[in-house]
Amino acid sequence: MTRAIRALTEIPGASVQDLGRSGYLGMGVARGGAMDRLAIHEGAALLGQSSDHAALEFSGAGGRFQVLGGAVHVAITGAQMSVTLNGVALPHATTGRAEQGTVIEISGARAGVYGYLHVDGGFATPAVLGARATHQASGMGQQAKMGQVLPLGPAHEREPGLTLDPAPRLSGGLVRLVRSYQTDHFSVQQRERLVHTDFIRAAQGNRMGVRLEGGRFAAEGALQVLSDIIVPGDVQMTGDGAPFILLADCQTTGGYPRIGTVLPCDIPIVAQAGPGTALRLQWVSLADGVIAESKAAQHIADLPAKVHTRLRAPQDIQDLLSYQLISGAITGWDEEERSR
Amino acid sequence: MPNDVCACKTSYPRLATAGIDGWLVQFNDSLDDAANRAALAFAAAARKEKWPSVSEIASTLTSVYVRFDPLLMTHDDLRSRLAYLLDTKDWLTVDLPLGRKRFCIPCVWGGERAPQFEDAAKAAGMMPDVARAALSQTVVRVQTLGFSPGQPYLGQLSQEWNLPRQRDLTPRVPPGALVLAIRQFVLFGISAPTGWLHVGQTAVRLFDPTRDEPFLLRPGDEVVFPSVCQQTLEELQSDPTGGVTCEAVS
Repeated sequence: MTRAIRALTEIPGASVQDLGRSGYLGMGVARGGAMDRLAIHEGAALLGQSSDHAALEFSGAGGRFQVLGGAVHVAITGAQMSVTLNGVALPHATTGRAEQGTVIEISGARAGVYGYLHVDGGFATPAVLGARATHQASGMGQQAKMGQVLPLGPAHEREPGLTLDPAPRLSGGLVRLVRSYQTDHFSVQQRERLVHTDFIRAAQGNRMGVRLEGGRFAAEGALQVLSDIIVPGDVQMTGDGAPFILLADCQTTGGYPRIGTVLPCDIPIVAQAGPGTALRLQWVSLADGVIAESKAAQHIADLPAKVHTRLRAPQDIQDLLSYQLISGAITGWDEEERSR
Repeated sequence: MPNDVCACKTSYPRLATAGIDGWLVQFNDSLDDAANRAALAFAAAARKEKWPSVSEIASTLTSVYVRFDPLLMTHDDLRSRLAYLLDTKDWLTVDLPLGRKRFCIPCVWGGERAPQFEDAAKAAGMMPDVARAALSQTVVRVQTLGFSPGQPYLGQLSQEWNLPRQRDLTPRVPPGALVLAIRQFVLFGISAPTGWLHVGQTAVRLFDPTRDEPFLLRPGDEVVFPSVCQQTLEELQSDPTGGVTCEAVS
C-alpha cells in the first residue's frame, strides 16, 4: 500500500494547498494556494524538499489523522497548533517521524489562523491545472473530510528533531502596501487616514479575504467602478466602506474600488491575524516594496541553511515540562478553543 | 504617500501598476466595445513577445494585466516594453486575434427556470416574445472571463438593455444561469448570488477540470443563445455537452 494519511475526524476548513496555479487568471482562475506562503517554504526547508510539495492547511481547527502504508516524516508550520504523535508532543516547526499506524493529533490554533501539516514527499492528491491547491468553489483540489485518505508522494528520509525559527507573523502589526491602479480614486486625505487608523481584523474573513474594522473609506465618485483585475493583497472598499484585504482565493475581477495593494511578503501577517488582532497599514514606494520583496526572497532562499538540530536548552526543557503538565492537556487546548 | 509611481494620465491607453508585481494597460475606464477589442488584441500580442519573468497575461473588460517578477526585471524595463508594443499600432481599430470560435448554447428564456426574463423585457420596453426573439439571435462576444473559472462576461448588448443591477441580490442562481444588466450577460459557471437579472437558463458546463480542455470559452469567442423549451433544457442537463455546439469564426 502506498503511504497515505487518513483524516479520523471532521476538520472544517482543512484542505490541500501548495503555492497555487499561475497563468489562468485570464480564464477566471485565481492563483490561490496557501494563505501563508512562507509557511510552505518553511515546511519544505524543514523536510529538506522543494517548495512545490503540497501541505495540508488548517483554518483554525485541527483534527486527528492516522498514518497508513509506512513511516512519514512530518512538521507543522504557520499557526501555533499543538501536535502529538501517538500522544507524544512534537514541538512547532520541528521534524518528527510517525510510524505506520501512528495517530497524529493536531489541536486548534493558539496563535495565528492557518497551520500547515507537511509530510515528506508532499500530499500527492491529483493536480488540476498544474497545482494541487484546493479552490472549493470551483471543485479543484481536496478537502480533508472525515475518513478522507490523502495519498503521499515518494518517501525520503529526514532526521527527526530538526527545527527552524519561523519569522514572527502571528500577532498582526505593520503591513506595507503600495499604490495600485485605482489609488487615485481616493483623495489624499483618505489615503493618509488609511495609514493613521488602528485597525482590528474583524470576525468576517475566509480564504477570499478579511474585513478590517476601525475606519470607513470611500472612493470619489461612483461606488462601483468598471470591473477590473484583482490581485491578492488588494485593499478593497466594499459597500459600507470597511476595508477588505483580499487574499489567496479572491475573485479574479471586481468592481469595488481598491485603494492599494499589500506587499506579497506581508500577506502572511494579514492571513495569520485572527479576529480581534491589531493591524496598521503603511504606504511604501514601489522601490522600497521591491527591496522588501527582495529581502523576503533572500530569507526564503536561506531557510534550508537555517534548519538546525533542536537543542535541549533550559527553555526547551521548561517547554517540555509544560507539555507534560498539560499532557492530558491536548484536550485542554481543545476546551480552550471551544470556550472562545 | 509616495508619488513615485505611474504619474497617472487621464488619457488612454494608460499604464499603471497593479500591486508590486504587475502592470495594467487600460484602454478605457468605462466599457466600450473598441476598448474590449483592443484589450483582447493587445493581450494576444503581448503573449507572443514571451517577455522574461512574465508569469501571467490576462485581458479584462478593457485592460490587460501583466504579472512579472520585479526581482528579475525592473518596473521601468517592463513599462518600456509595454509602451513600445502599445505604440506599434492603433489597438482600438485592430482586428481581433485569430482562432476564435462561435458557440451555440441552447437557452430557456423566461418561465420558472429564468424568473426575471419578463421583468427585464418590460424594463427594456418590449413584449416578452419580441425580447426573446431579439436576445436569442444576438451574437455576443466573450469580453472577459472572471469571477469563477471559465465564467464569461458577454456583450455588448444594444442600448435598450442598459438595465441597472438590482439593489437586492438574488440569493442564488444555479450553474448555467444567464443573467443580464448594463448591456452585458454573465453566464454563471457556479451557483452564486447576483444583483443581475436572471433572464435565461442553460445546461452549459463552462469549466470541468476532468476534460482535456477544461475551459469551454476563451476571451474573444462569440456566443449565441438559441431559444429552447423547458423540456429540451431538462434533457440537455443530463448531456455532458449541455447541447452546446461550436464552429470556427476566424
